[in-house]
Amino acid sequence: MVTRTLTVALVGNPNTGKSTLFNALTGLRQRVGNYPGVTVEMKKGTARVAGAEIEVIDLPGTYSLAPRSPDEMVSVDLLLGHVKGESRPDVVVSIVDATNLERHLYLTTQLLELGVPVVLAVNLVDIARSHGLAINFARLEERLGIPVVPVQANKGIGLESLKKAIAVAADLNTPPARVVTFPDPLRRETEALCDTLGDDVEPFLATRALLDVGGHAEKQLAGRFGPELVRQVAEARARLTAAGCPVPAVEARSRYAWIREAVAGCITRPAQRPVTWTDRLDRVFTHKLWGTLVFLALMFLVFEAIFVGAKPLMDLIDSGREGLANFLRDAMSAGPLRNLLTDGVLKGVGGVLVFLPQIMILFAVIAVLEDCGYMARAAFLMDKLMAKCGLNGKSFIPLLSSVACAVPGIMATRVIENRRDRLATILVAPLMSCSARLPLYLLLIGTFLSDPWWLPGVALFGMYMIGLIVAPIVALILKRTLLRGETPVFVMEMPAFKVPQVRTVLRRMLDAGWAFVYRAGTLILASMVLIWATLYFPARMPDGRSYDAVTSELQEEVSKADEAEKEAKEQELATVYGEWKRQTLLGRAGQALEPVFAPLGWDWKIGMAALASFPAREVVVGTLGIIYNQGEVDPKSIREAESPGETPLAKTIHAEWSADPARGKYRVPVALSLLVFFALCCQCASTLAVIRRETRSWAWPAFTFGYMTALAYVGALVTFQIGKLVVG
Amino acid sequence: MPTLDQVPPGSRCRITSVRGPAALTQRLLELGLLEGEELSVITRAPLGDPIEVEAALTRLSLRKSEAAHIHVTQPD
Repeated sequence: MVTRTLTVALVGNPNTGKSTLFNALTGLRQRVGNYPGVTVEMKKGTARVAGAEIEVIDLPGTYSLAPRSPDEMVSVDLLLGHVKGESRPDVVVSIVDATNLERHLYLTTQLLELGVPVVLAVNLVDIARSHGLAINFARLEERLGIPVVPVQANKGIGLESLKKAIAVAADLNTPPARVVTFPDPLRRETEALCDTLGDDVEPFLATRALLDVGGHAEKQLAGRFGPELVRQVAEARARLTAAGCPVPAVEARSRYAWIREAVAGCITRPAQRPVTWTDRLDRVFTHKLWGTLVFLALMFLVFEAIFVGAKPLMDLIDSGREGLANFLRDAMSAGPLRNLLTDGVLKGVGGVLVFLPQIMILFAVIAVLEDCGYMARAAFLMDKLMAKCGLNGKSFIPLLSSVACAVPGIMATRVIENRRDRLATILVAPLMSCSARLPLYLLLIGTFLSDPWWLPGVALFGMYMIGLIVAPIVALILKRTLLRGETPVFVMEMPAFKVPQVRTVLRRMLDAGWAFVYRAGTLILASMVLIWATLYFPARMPDGRSYDAVTSELQEEVSKADEAEKEAKEQELATVYGEWKRQTLLGRAGQALEPVFAPLGWDWKIGMAALASFPAREVVVGTLGIIYNQGEVDPKSIREAESPGETPLAKTIHAEWSADPARGKYRVPVALSLLVFFALCCQCASTLAVIRRETRSWAWPAFTFGYMTALAYVGALVTFQIGKLVVG
Repeated sequence: MPTLDQVPPGSRCRITSVRGPAALTQRLLELGLLEGEELSVITRAPLGDPIEVEAALTRLSLRKSEAAHIHVTQPD
């Protein structure tokens, strides 16, 4: 006998413990399912039920099955079996919160109308009990007409009974009877609409088209049946309003009327609502003074965790990469392959891995904040501030994280449910001054703006302010133009506080890390290798020898040379190295593009360094080192230098720019123009790769790169031209 | 008739009607903010907006612009 794998869909409101139940059912056997045209991801996993493997799909949390966006429509399409390549779920598990059954059963009553067997999992029964609620599960089962199983997903209690109930429901395969009866006028209108649409359209979808004003079911059907349908639906709604059943109120009224009556017979409540922990904590967390203080302290910790906490691990990855590169350098002979491995692939892989500590730490923090219920409070506190730039309270943490690094920041925008707000946040996140810009800031400020004593501090503060001022303006413009649309609903549930689950937190951390490495990592690696090639070829010297071989020999001589000779040898190496890089494809591009850079006050060397920094902004420091014959300067050495203005590279830059007849007088405006450029540009392949992954489109990363480069160019141009006038 | 955004924190009120944009109205109804339902306004955010309300057993954060679509009566 051939048996098909059973598919079970998990559906529930947000903050119900749905993911916890999903993790408990499937353990480590999970993967992510993607659907074309939408940004939602659905997790899939396998569980063992009665000796057989079943597939479990975790649908995004929702309060109702009234789809208002393509993202929400996917859930409905999936439940109706309309998604290509996915079989219709055999059983739907509706997970509800025992402490608030009325509201959660709203979704359940809709699920009962899909025509698929439903099993009700009542979660958090322990907390309900502690609130003094007594639920009569047998009676609830009777009223709903479906199996009801009490569970405690976080402790794994009730899972076996739930699995058994799923197996039985799949076996019987009887669609549940609908429990909520709509008033006669609505029933008649639904039937009439079903008749017009024919047997191909499920009554469920027809009902949604009728009930959801401006909803996605209506749009989808209008696409199939034409504008005639829209007119028909509008007329039906007008008739319903006249008959005293206004849409959409009639649905909520009918459902809640049934639910209240049904639940009243199944639950005994304490005479007085007990004061819960949530009440007490909320008094502090949303308090004007204490709430703000707690928030600021927490945000400081979040920032420190990703900025400082990740550092030792990042250093470890860096030194591991260096060690491996040195090993390869010793083990292989000079040539394109060795160079590709050490400078292209290893740098690329290291460049990917180096983000992991920040991503995992940030996601651990976010998972804790979301799981315990604080995230909604943080959004509540910050909403007004963020609303001023067209965003909402949930954009705050992603933008804050972007000050450390835009990559985890952009990934963190997943907490923003509204698609347009999320996109706007993603698009402005790279404007925040990240830590990769710091080496260049320190180098140039230390070299040209170190006097008087207060200037470096003010200049550095100014660099950070550029992002803080420009990002909100860009967000506002985007929300008024490209991302304009119907005002989204900001109504947000403030979930009950609970102790975060270690397992959930670890899961989110690993998922985020894996998603980054697997999806964005390959892209980052590819772009690194590409840039490597443009900085390697051609590698032939005018006399026919290979630059690579010659620099390797010189490197060897440097390491063998005694004190007296060492400096001269090092200088020779740096000169040959600089000569090589200047005639590579990228070096030539820099020279060819000099007229483009001229209005910014840059010569081709600065331009080439800016071009070469496409993989990551901090690379600009290394490239400047190469061009100015100082060898490849490690950005870390600038960041950690006591006075970055005293490093050899800084001195060389100062001397070279001062000696340049065209620029000497204007060296400070040139430095400022380069600083402004790097504050605003998107020279970061990783950011672009992550935008590509999060938006599932090439258009958005291209747009980000385009608008930021334009902004940076104009900013640098204005800075230099004004600076020139000031210097006179 | 006052709207929910005008209700001072710490006081209770009763919904008389919800009349706003379709998406907002539907969401509020789904969350159980029906006519006749009792609400209490818990607090305002430190910057004055949004407000936190409690209905039945659900706590919600509402922007004032959204709360302005909820008409209420207050006991004297």
